[in-house]
Amino acid sequence: MLELTRITAGYDRRDPVVRDVSLHVAAGEAVGLLGPSGCGKSTLARVAALLHRPDAGTMTLDGTVIRGWRHRAPREQRTAVGVVFQQPRLSADPRLSLRELIAQPLRSTGRRREVPGRVAELAQLVGLSEELLERRPHAVSDGQLQRACLARALVLEPRLLICDEMTAMLDASTTAALVAVVERYRSESGAALLAVGHDRVLLERWCDRTVRWGERNAGPAERERVAAG
Amino acid sequence: MAETTLALPGRTTRRVRIVTSATIVVTVALAVLVVPPLAQLDQQAVDLANKLDPPSWAHPFGTDDVGRDLLLRCVYGLRVSLLVGLVAALTATVIGTAIGALAGAFGGWTDRVVMRVVDALSSVPHLLLGIFIVAMFRPGVWPVIVSVALTHWLSTARIVRSEVLSLRSRPFIDAAVSGGASRTRVIVRHLLPGVLPQAGLAAVLMVPHAMWHESALSFLGLGLPAHQASLGNLVQSARGSLLAGDWWPTLFPGLFLIIPTLALAGLAGAWRDRINPRRKSELML
Repeated sequence: MLELTRITAGYDRRDPVVRDVSLHVAAGEAVGLLGPSGCGKSTLARVAALLHRPDAGTMTLDGTVIRGWRHRAPREQRTAVGVVFQQPRLSADPRLSLRELIAQPLRSTGRRREVPGRVAELAQLVGLSEELLERRPHAVSDGQLQRACLARALVLEPRLLICDEMTAMLDASTTAALVAVVERYRSESGAALLAVGHDRVLLERWCDRTVRWGERNAGPAERERVAAG
Repeated sequence: MAETTLALPGRTTRRVRIVTSATIVVTVALAVLVVPPLAQLDQQAVDLANKLDPPSWAHPFGTDDVGRDLLLRCVYGLRVSLLVGLVAALTATVIGTAIGALAGAFGGWTDRVVMRVVDALSSVPHLLLGIFIVAMFRPGVWPVIVSVALTHWLSTARIVRSEVLSLRSRPFIDAAVSGGASRTRVIVRHLLPGVLPQAGLAAVLMVPHAMWHESALSFLGLGLPAHQASLGNLVQSARGSLLAGDWWPTLFPGLFLIIPTLALAGLAGAWRDRINPRRKSELML
């Protein structure tokens, strides 16, 4: 499904955050990526989501070698991966109602006609009422907004879902509800999952296997452990 | 009451400023829109018997050196100046927003090249550049508009670019990219609406500036043709009589230029104050 081989990535070529890291996610598999903050796991997640071009290394998605990132990646590749970000406040356009937020990917891909049906379906799945759908991000709580962001990530039925610290800012019950939604989607669609986080208990219970990542600039042993995972 | 305890110092002053500015802008807008079609008076009517009459009941602003009524000339002049100011500011904002958004959204080489061109153009005094542009055409309203618009988009482009750069790195743009949005869609649907308040503010702030610029070009004799009343032309033709001690042909067009432009700038300032708190609340997230 997803194969990251010897990826080096970061925001300064002389000092990359991610050095020579490999990661493999099989079809339908749930992989948890654990590590302290600042170790580069979000950057790796952004690479896998085709949002950040790595400095070196190769990535294949469903057997296709990825040649471009962000807008250089074909739309089909970008929409094959769904992403939920850590901070719902920042990952929602403040001008859009939650309904529009969820509908955006459908509109972007020319599937306008499916909007009413799909949005209602997903709102029910993530537990958002009709009344909440009309509100804008500033008028809902973080948990409600993250539910909408999860619905947005699922609306195009991605084959791989990347949750980058999806539940880091949420309370336990919302966390449980969101994880349940993800798991229900995965059992229905057979999608793979890459869950990034620092909550070891959660990820170990949620995922088929977890990969632990040490401090930044980890020694060769650490790197191999990631590679072996 | 909670509101009175929360009231910031200077709030009353600010309110007075807004109300005064708004009143002046509305009055001036009504005057230039309504007076010319209703008055049925000829601003060009020459009355040599009454030339250089001081202000009186018949001519509240006096008459000029060929006996034309100055109040009427000022209203017509302000009409032209406002028209030039509005159209030029709007055009400059559209050009600046488009170029700034492209540079900011594409980044990389596009950004570097575009911004170096902007820097290069900014290094030339813009009045000089404007003079070059008007000098290429026959005098008229359009060359002045083109000249002002082509020399005033630079600051808007810079503002819009920096706003787009800060918006571009937000996760909601990542989410849009991941959701399959094209470059155009990201710019039009997500980036431009975000910079619109700033671009709008820049446009309003530019109107008085553009009016001053038009007047400067006309004063230098490069703007509107001499027979067409514009505030710059009026001040220019009054220069001779000022030396003879006749102050009114200079004073009134000058006031007509200063008061409405200050009022417009006052309104724009109030708008900027309204935009600022939103940014402060964003920082708190």
